[in-house]
Formats: sequence, structure tokens, C-alpha cells
Amino acid sequence: MNDAIQERFERIAARPVVLDVRQLGMSFPGVGGVVAHALHDVSFQVRRREFITVVGASGCGKSTLVRILAGLTGHTAGEVLLDGKPVNGPGPDRGMVFQGYTLFPWLSVLKNVMFGLEMQERGHDQARSEALQWLELVGLGNKAEVWPHQLSGGQRQRVAIARALAAGPRILLMDEPFGALDPQTRANLQEHLLQIWQQVDITIVFITHDIDEALWLADRVLVLQPPDAEHRGGWLREMVDVPLPVPRTREMVNSPAYRAAREHLEHLIHPPRAAAAERLPVFKMTKAGDEVL
Amino acid sequence: MARSAWRVAGSLPPRLAGALWFGAFLLPVVAWSALSYVPWLWHPQVLIDHAGDSVYAVDMRVESSAFADAVVQAQRSGTAAPRGDRVNPVFLPAPHEVARALWTGFTTPPLRRGDPWLHESIGHSISVILWGFVISALIGVPLGILCGAIPALSRLIEPFVDFIRYMPAPAFGALCVAVLGINDAPKIAIIVVGTLFQMVLVVANTTRNLDRALIEAAQTLGASDKRLLTRVVVPGILPNLYTDMRVLLGWAWTYLIVAELIGASSGISWYINQQGKYRAYDNVFAGIIIIGLIGLITDQVLGWIGRFVFPWSGQQPSRPSQIAFAIVSFPLRLPYIMLMLARKYDPKAGQQ
Repeated sequence: MNDAIQERFERIAARPVVLDVRQLGMSFPGVGGVVAHALHDVSFQVRRREFITVVGASGCGKSTLVRILAGLTGHTAGEVLLDGKPVNGPGPDRGMVFQGYTLFPWLSVLKNVMFGLEMQERGHDQARSEALQWLELVGLGNKAEVWPHQLSGGQRQRVAIARALAAGPRILLMDEPFGALDPQTRANLQEHLLQIWQQVDITIVFITHDIDEALWLADRVLVLQPPDAEHRGGWLREMVDVPLPVPRTREMVNSPAYRAAREHLEHLIHPPRAAAAERLPVFKMTKAGDEVL
Repeated sequence: MARSAWRVAGSLPPRLAGALWFGAFLLPVVAWSALSYVPWLWHPQVLIDHAGDSVYAVDMRVESSAFADAVVQAQRSGTAAPRGDRVNPVFLPAPHEVARALWTGFTTPPLRRGDPWLHESIGHSISVILWGFVISALIGVPLGILCGAIPALSRLIEPFVDFIRYMPAPAFGALCVAVLGINDAPKIAIIVVGTLFQMVLVVANTTRNLDRALIEAAQTLGASDKRLLTRVVVPGILPNLYTDMRVLLGWAWTYLIVAELIGASSGISWYINQQGKYRAYDNVFAGIIIIGLIGLITDQVLGWIGRFVFPWSGQQPSRPSQIAFAIVSFPLRLPYIMLMLARKYDPKAGQQ
């Protein structure tokens, strides 16, 4: 890791903590009285204007974690502090962008972005001009008056980001926001998100199952693991500092540092299994005459 | 290659859809006409026009088999055989008779002086339905939305509503008359009883089906419970609520038939009953068809309006349709337009 990057991490470490997650645990009664565990003893801190991604195999509790941070799901152990105050219930200080499309279909794009501002009793005219600025920021100033159903998937998620930011959150939570998009749109939106993050003073916690997305976007990657013999519920395996300079470019994925980090994450999330010996096919799909010898 | 519209999950071209819509009405009429005008189809009776020496009288309707026996008997005994034409039973009038009845129903004065004309009966029925439905909706829609949105209320209210729902509305008839007298009040009450409880459950279900993620998104944007209801739940369910109301309005017509037999008889179903007593079955059919037409036209018009009221649902109405709607809705929009103009040209507004 070179000095410039090292220095950047030191700068981040000197910033105040925004989000403090302490020994967070979550279990809920499952079918037939069996207690299902979602999270086990998860602790981490997020500092001002940090970009954190959370990766893990399915079933490791990523989504539960972000829902607890948003206050949409309760937790059964530990605590979540935002600026030192415990989180209970959803609120506009934690913006959220969901995986599915959650724009209000009965409101125009502009009215969608104005929603959070109006909830805070901002006057109509002020809400309108602020919302327009946020739409400009995500590059959709010309779509203010259209209905959400007239937008593409990528545009909808950009409006969702604008809507979340317009409410003035301290931290932006993103639950696999680009998961439903095609690879091209996804790459565009990743770049766009980093650009927004450069321009806006915001802390981001971003959930994904895509290792490349996690590495390329973040300052730091949290790796969650599914429950095992020692851990009841998903647990925090490791926090990986991303050894790439900011701002990011696509070429950085070819750097040795990136490759090493990627290999490390891949190894954590999908531990290599012994290759099975080649066996004859159990189900014979061949017709007479085209046997593979 | 598009899958045939007649196969499972096939695709339906718009032209065929239009043709089938007409076919839906044309086929029953064709079948009815065939039964009425093709002499060898059904026609189980004989209408006597010459009694001969038989026991029959002119204009009597006789079962075909009995008539055949009478003819055979007459030939054996050498007396004059009765003559007649094969006809359908009196309760199946031919289409042209019903069509005529649809016209004469409105132009013929009632048999007894003081009885309402047909159009008065229809007007009366519509007003009873509307009052019943409006009262029902004023209670049922808010209650249903609250039940659908708030789990505790759902548990507290819905089981009992579900219980009452199974009691047939006509069973409340005697009670309604005892409490509300014999005028329109008990009729309206029957329609309320018949639709209100269904409405609460249907609306609650529609509310529960609203995408939870929309509510969660609003929560993370700082919406309070009250705001969630007024700014998310209500607008979110509106298109489906509108469809529910169209379906429930159809149910209200069913209860009308019962309601109008309670207390002082009146309305279109009174007309149908009365004509049935006179054995004027062409008028009976005309009455039934009128109810059907009112229902169909109301539903089509409401469906058509729905496409304009909910532009976000993605159905873009055709251009002529839009123009027609603009003209029809102009009187309703006039106050709003005036308000906007007043605001625009108000000298004080600019200074604020």
C-alpha cells in the first residue's frame, strides 16, 4: 500500500464516528418455536464521509443488517448509535435506497424527490427548488415532470438516490440498489454514485453481493459470513481496507493491489473446495448414435 | 409467432378483442332469436287458433304431446280437430317483442292511476342504490383502509365483520322496516347491510396488498403515521380501490331487488314483479335488460373515467377519448381553473 493511500486512511481515521454499531445481534422466532438467528455480535464504526460496502454470501444477514440500521427491523442484542444517539425506528436522518423500485408511482419524478422535504414542513416553493437541484445532480433535471413508470430501471434508481439525499440524511443506506440492473447500466450507476459522493458530503453504507462492486466503490469492505458452529447468526469476518486511490477509475481493477484484495475477498466468501473426481453422468441425456466416448 | 388467443396464455390481438366483445352480446341474442324464430327448435306448446270440437278454447296454450293426442282422437272419432301453431311458453317472448316492450314500457301510462311510470321507477331505483352505496362507502372505505393499514384494528374489527357478512342481507329486512318505517330508508338500509361488510373486508385486503416497500421508503423519508396514511396508503391503493368500488356497485344492484320488495314496493324490481303478475313477460324481460344495461353502462363509463383519473397506472387513453373526457369533465374542473386563473392574475400573489 503506497503512502498516499496510507495517508488517506489516516485522515479518515481522524474523522468523527457517524455510525457506531456495537455487538449487534438479531434473532427472531421462526417456525415451530425454533429461534432463527440473523446476526451475531456485529461491531463496526463508520466515520464521516466514509464509503463502506458490505459483502457476503446469501444468508449472511446483509439485508437484515441494513434494515436494522434503517430502523425498519428491530434488533435483539447490542445497539446502533447514530452521532452517539441510539437508533430506534426509521427516520429521515438515515436515507435508504432499496433494491426494488420504490418510487411512488402516483407522484411525478419531481414530487417524489419533494416528498422527504415536504415531510419536514419545507414550503412548497423551497421544496420544489431544492428537489430540482437534486434531480440536476443525478442528471435527470429534464425528467422532473414525467411519471416513474416512464423511466428506465437505472433512471428510477437515480431518482431514488436523489429522493433519499433530498431529505438531508446523515448517512445513506443502500441495499443492493443496482442488483436488478443490467451490467452496463450498473457500471454507469457505480461511476455516477462515486461522482455524487465526491460532490455531496455524505456517508454511505452499501450492501452488495458483487465483490467487484464492493471493492471498486468502497474505502472499506465489511465481509459478513453465514452462521456456523461458533456463530449463531451472520457474523463479521473481516474489514478490508481497499488499497486504491480516490477518485477511482476503471483501469484500477487491473492493478496488482486490486487483484490481491479481490482474491482475498473471493477466498473469504467462497472458500475453495476440493475438486470432485470426474464421474460418469448419472442422467443419460444422449440418444443412440451421439454418445460421447 | 404469437400464440393463438384460444390457447392457454395466448395473445389477444386488439381487433379480435373488439370483435369478441360484440360477440359476447351477439351470441346470446342469436341463440335467443334462433329459439324464438326457427319453428322446429324447441317450441314445446301449441297456441290454439281453431278449437274445433275439442275441449280447447282459442288462445289456449297446450303442450305439444297433449295437442297431438287430441288431434289423433278427433280423427278417430270423426269430429273436427283443433288447429294451432307451435309456440314457445309465454315466459319466453321473442326478441322483437322484448324490443317493442323496451319502447312501449316508457310510452305506456301505468295500468293503475298514481302508479309510477317506468322511467320514474328506474329513477327511484337509481337514487336508492346511490344513497345506499354512498352511505356504505362513507363508512366502509375509511374503516377498510384503517383495518388494512393497522394490524391491531384489523384483528379487532375484521372477525366480527366477517361474521356479519355471512348473514344474508334480506334477513335484516323485517328489522329494517321495524326500525326505519316503510319508505326508502329500509331499502337503503338493506343495500348498506348488503355491501358495507363486504366493502370493509375487500378494502382492507386491497390496502394490505399495497407494496410494503413503498411504506418503508416513506418511513425512511420521515413520514409520520398520519402522513403514511394520507400521503402513501390512500394514493397508493386508489386505482385498486376504484376497481373494488366498481365490483361492489354491481353487488348493490343484487340487493336492490330484495330491498324494493320491502315496505312500500317501488322501483324497477317492483315494475318487474308487477308485470310478472300481469303475465306480461316481454315487459319483465325489458325490465331485466334495463337493469343489465344500467349496470353495464355505469361500469364501462367508470372504467373509462378511471383511465383519466389515474394517469400514472400507464394506460394512455386515445386522443379522441382524451378530448371527450376534457369536454365532459369541464364543468367539474371549472372551479379549479377559475381558482388558478384568479391566483395567476391576483396582484397581491406576486408580492408574497
